[in-house]
Order: sequence, then structure tokens, then C-alpha cells
Amino acid sequence: MCHMNSENPKIQNWGERYPIILTGFAFAMLLLIWDLLARFSGWSNQVFPGPIPVFISIGELIGNGMLLKHTIASLFRITIGFYLAVLLGLPLGILLGRNKICNAMFNPIIQFLKPISPIAWIPLAMLWFGIGDMPAIFLIFLSSFFPLVVSTTITVSSINPVYFQVAANFNFTRMEAITKIIIPAITPSTITALRLSLAIAWLVVVAAEMIAVRSGLGYLILDSRNALRMDYVMAGMIVIGVIGLLLDFIMRRMGQLESTSWQHSEIR
Amino acid sequence: MGHIIVNSISKEYRNRRRQSRKNGCIESHFQDPIPVLDNIDLEFDEGEMVCILGPSGCGKSTMLRIIAGFEPATTGNVIIDGKQIEKPSSNHIFVFQNNGLLPWMTVWENIELSLRHLSETRDRAKKVAEHIEIVELEGFEHHYPHQLSGGMRRRTELARALAVNPNVMIMDEPFSGLDFMTHMKMREEVVNMHKFTGKTTLIVTHDIDDALIMGDRIVVMDGRPARIKLNHRLDFPRPRDFQKIPELNKLRQQIFLMEGVSYAV
Repeated sequence: MCHMNSENPKIQNWGERYPIILTGFAFAMLLLIWDLLARFSGWSNQVFPGPIPVFISIGELIGNGMLLKHTIASLFRITIGFYLAVLLGLPLGILLGRNKICNAMFNPIIQFLKPISPIAWIPLAMLWFGIGDMPAIFLIFLSSFFPLVVSTTITVSSINPVYFQVAANFNFTRMEAITKIIIPAITPSTITALRLSLAIAWLVVVAAEMIAVRSGLGYLILDSRNALRMDYVMAGMIVIGVIGLLLDFIMRRMGQLESTSWQHSEIR
Repeated sequence: MGHIIVNSISKEYRNRRRQSRKNGCIESHFQDPIPVLDNIDLEFDEGEMVCILGPSGCGKSTMLRIIAGFEPATTGNVIIDGKQIEKPSSNHIFVFQNNGLLPWMTVWENIELSLRHLSETRDRAKKVAEHIEIVELEGFEHHYPHQLSGGMRRRTELARALAVNPNVMIMDEPFSGLDFMTHMKMREEVVNMHKFTGKTTLIVTHDIDDALIMGDRIVVMDGRPARIKLNHRLDFPRPRDFQKIPELNKLRQQIFLMEGVSYAV
């Protein structure tokens, strides 16, 4: 198969067979450029640390348990906030997608609240919930709740009406219509929506932790800045990126589950 | 069971409100309602296979949807077995023109939908297997609809409709979009199904030959709004070759002429 690409068979094969090697190569280049910039930028190591001191710092943070503690704190908040948003947002989206009266009443409100950045809620969140996990969870909830409601509403209202006629014809109860029609029909695009809103939530968790709490990766970055430890700041950034990648990887895996195979196998 | 009376049904569609600007003022008004069906009266006997003919967009499907209970009539009503139709029910199953199978369910699961009233899993499995055998889909039980050919999908839908054991089968263009051979086979299948079950079957089609070969009764609709142009009982045994029956040939010519086609072969 690959031999037919006669022009440059070797490069073609590399791209198809060893994508991981290419990715690794690109990351290595990034590290190299980072190292060169740090060495020759003229800034001191305190202001712009290179990759080697940063990785040593990551080692330190792992060694003294700080990294694990802050990562768990962040993951805990995003889990609670995100689950809350899913538990409330999906049913509300289904309701708005199916019920015209509810849609006319609540959709404008949601559309109005959606573009307000969760960050703008910080003063109120701190006033209402004080310092601690609650304001951070509240902000994460806000950041994923509105996008989830909006996308679920759109997906539900675009389900082919024939399926609901089939449901009526076979005397489905309301519950059966939800479990046998609505939920399977929206699963594929809902997984994509979850993936996108989880990414937003992860952006917001870091911002929220810079203000309202004394733990988490956002706090680690803020605290390290105050201590003028830019190597710890960069270590925190790297960990945030890696965890973001992992979360996205998990969500993508969910998209390949059996329950969505009826759609994906069409492309396969 | 399966006696249908269509009682002087009329149907109008109202377009959505439109807004127009006149002299700077916004003026909203309703468009005139569009009449689709005009005073349709029909009666179908128990076990009759009725073929409803007419050009596309003449309101055949709308009438079918009213009989099935999916849409209300503007005036008039439909009575099946003495009961006025107000909503869809599993007593009269609608077989959809485009795919009515649920794409997230396999052939087996789709057919099982109509057997939810059976509480015993074993009874259900037996019934599903039985109906898969009727439409000759053994070996495809666990395929999803998109993995099937057009003809197999229609057969699955037929099996699903039969499994619920309705009094009336309502089929909206059951052969449209099939290739020629599959069309012929499906037609045979529907005729066999009718012979086997004796259910009242309403079929909307735009193929005159389908109607002449299959129908116990042939109804021709036309016009805007649609009226009944012809309502004819065909008492000829099936399988039948309409070309060898002079009466059917004459009827065919008559229908073609009605539709404005003068040189029908």
C-alpha cells in the first residue's frame, strides 16, 4: 500500500508508521529551542530558567510531595465542579431541547449569562462562599454549565423527528423516549461537548486557584511567583499542560466506546 | 379488525407569521392558509390492501399521517374499528418512507422495541427470532441499520411493524429509493405478508404498476387541495399479471389519461 507513494516512500512511511517518534522529535526540538533561548536571551536563570533547572525543580516538587498535593487539590475541584455541571446541565439541556415553552423562557437567560467570563464572578464567589474549595468549585461549575446546556439543547432539538414519531407509534412512555431515543441520539456529540467544556474547566481551575484558595496548581504558580521561583512557575505550567492532555485523552477514549459505535463505524 | 372510515377530512397548513415593513412600521400578518386535503371521504374494509396513488406532494402522505394519528385534521375525523383516532398507537403502525429504524440499535433491538409488553425475556427472544426469519434476515441480527442494504432496512422495519401485531399497517412509499430488483422483491414480500397476516394495509405509492399488481382497492388522489379522483375495488386474485387482464389495462390507461399522460406504454 505504502509502496505506491513512490515519490518519497521513506518519509511517507515514517509519518504513517511512527507518529510517536515524530511527536517526540518535535518536543525535543521545542526543548532545544527553549534551552537556547534561556542561554542566549541575556536574562538570568532566575527570570528565564531553561529546561534543565525546571526539570530538576519538578523532581524536587515530586520529591517533597508538593506536586502531588496540589495536583490532587486541583483535580478534586474540577471533578466536583464538572460533575455538578454535567448533572444539572444535561437534564436542563434535554428539557430546553424538547419543551418549547421552557426554551422560550430560559434559553435567553442562559444565552445572556453564557458570555460572562467565570473570572468576572470571582469577587461575588469569594463574598458568597469565602475562601476555600467552594468558590473555586462554583467557578468551574459556571465555566462548564452554560456551554453544556447550550450544546445539549441544540443537539436535542436537532434529533430527527421521525424517531419521536416511532416512539409515539410504539407507545413509548416519556421515560422510554428519554432512555431509548434522546440519550443514545445525543451521546456522540455530547461526548465532544463534554470534552470541550472539560478543557474550559481546566483553564478556569487554575485561574480560580490563584485567587480564592491556598492549594492547587494555580496556587502553586502564584505562590512561586511571590517567592520569585520562576523554575517552580514553569514546573507548574508543564504539569498543567500534561494533565490537560491526559484529561483530553480520557475524553477521547470515551468517544470510542461501544455506545457510540453506531455512528463512528460509518466513517470507518 | 382493521375497518377504517375516513370522515370528510380536510387539512390546511398555516405558514408561520411573517413580518413586513411598511412606511417604517412593522406589520405582522398571517399568510393565507394553504389547503392540502379537501373533504376526503373513504372507507376501507377489514383486511383490504389499499394502494393510494397520486403525484408527489399532492397530500397522500399527509392523509396517511392523519390516519396514523401523527397530525390532526383541520376538520373531519378518522375512525378505526369504531374508535376515533386522536394519537398514534401500536394498533396502527406507520412504516416510514425514510428510515424509521433507530440507528443506535441493532436489527434485533429494533424489532424487540415492539415486543416490550412481553415480560419474559425468553418469549421476546422467540418472537424476535421468528420475525427475523419471516423477513429472512438471519445472520444480520446484530448489525446496525447503516451496515444493511436499503432493502434489508425496509425488511427490518417491516418485521418490527409485524411483531407488534397491529390491526392496520400504514406504509408511506415503501419501495421508494430501492433498485429495480429489490423493489420487485419487496413488493412480493409485502404481498406475501398481507396474504399471511390478512392485515388491513394502506400503501402510498406513485407507481401505478405497484397499485395494479398489489391492490384490493386503488385510490387516486390529485389536485391542490387533493381530492379523490378514483376509488376502485379490484377483485382479482394475486399474484396477478395486470397486462393479461383487460380490465386492469383499461384502468391503467384511464389513470394515465387522468394524469395527463397520453402515450403510456
